[in-house]
Amino acid sequence: MNDRNDWPLWEVFVRPRRGLGHAHVGSLHAPDATMALRNARDLYTRRQEGVSIWVVPAGAITASSPDEKDAFFDPAGDKVYRHPTFYTLPPEVDHL
Amino acid sequence: MDQQAHFDAVIAADERIEPRDWMPEKYRATLIRQIAQHAHSEIIGMQPEGAWLTRAPSLRRKAILLAKVQDEAGHGLYLYSAAETLGVERSDLLHRLHTGAQKYSTIFNYPTPEWADVGVIGWLVDGAAIVNQVPLCRCSYGPYARAMIRICKEESFHQRQGFEMLLALRDGTDDQRAMLQNAVNRWWWPSLMMFGPPDAASTNSAQSMAWRIKRHSNDELRQRFVDMTAPQADVLGVKLPDDKLRWNPERGSYDFGEIDWDEFARVVKGEGPCNAERIERRTAAHAEGAWVREAAVAYAAKQHAQADAA
Repeated sequence: MNDRNDWPLWEVFVRPRRGLGHAHVGSLHAPDATMALRNARDLYTRRQEGVSIWVVPAGAITASSPDEKDAFFDPAGDKVYRHPTFYTLPPEVDHL
Repeated sequence: MDQQAHFDAVIAADERIEPRDWMPEKYRATLIRQIAQHAHSEIIGMQPEGAWLTRAPSLRRKAILLAKVQDEAGHGLYLYSAAETLGVERSDLLHRLHTGAQKYSTIFNYPTPEWADVGVIGWLVDGAAIVNQVPLCRCSYGPYARAMIRICKEESFHQRQGFEMLLALRDGTDDQRAMLQNAVNRWWWPSLMMFGPPDAASTNSAQSMAWRIKRHSNDELRQRFVDMTAPQADVLGVKLPDDKLRWNPERGSYDFGEIDWDEFARVVKGEGPCNAERIERRTAAHAEGAWVREAAVAYAAKQHAQADAA
């Protein structure tokens, strides 16, 4: 039951407070970016859950595919030397 | 690992399925049905209480009720947003609500003739909703679980404001206490029906439990609600309208009477006191808002064209 007057979908990101990044909270429909911001304010921050909002047209997001998850993320799996715990140091060495 | 095995492993590990993961078609269909029905319930649920917005007895009560009804709109929108991640269009879901192809909770087909009904809805209906919804915060589908976490945080205010309003009636005149008791008499049994048919007759339950969409059976949640609510009725000085309701020390729970499942079936079928009125109001609001949606689209298109030309 779609007609051409359906409003596009926007993804909403909220910064909970200064010092934190914006996190995805959900989506909404709005005719344009200005209305998307206002609707996001009413929908996702009725109790001061944020100090800043981003809205992004849902179609503008490029996402990694869950089907290629293994091939995409596995190359990082065998590089344990990227973690500090990989290295054994004598106990008398401090601040390292 | 094949797709089904991967899905089963995620469920078995009690992790979450996310929108772009492969999932069995029946899992997807079950979630769409359940989340949409839940969203519709929030949207239709604005009506019984919204009817009292202009007649709230004080500015304080009016401000609280406005905030609560606005929350219900918000809950509906969180849930439609979650449903859309499963590949359905919001306009399609609304169409299915308007044509009766998808249901909403039977509880909203009962009328609110008196002010006390608003408080009793907060206490019993939102109380039952919370018992139903808290386990859904751990539902296996990520977007639904996340929406439920937000909703449950907000529902707590709904229930407490209702109970506080009822305390005011308890401490009021004899007429106010009678109004409170009458509202409890109207809402007690329909509230128990909110947990759905008894386990033996609940067709979808076993599969939903296996998929960890549901965590507890209908009867289990219903019992939990009765056990929580019966002592609260004593605080309010009201009698729950069930002669069989009594504490059973052996079970460590309250026994209660038989629910009228024929009435439940009639309300599901559309023969409740307010079914027609609720859908009529909803479709009228949708139709009356059409020009606003069209105007907003036209304005956005015009702004877009001007920006392109500049």
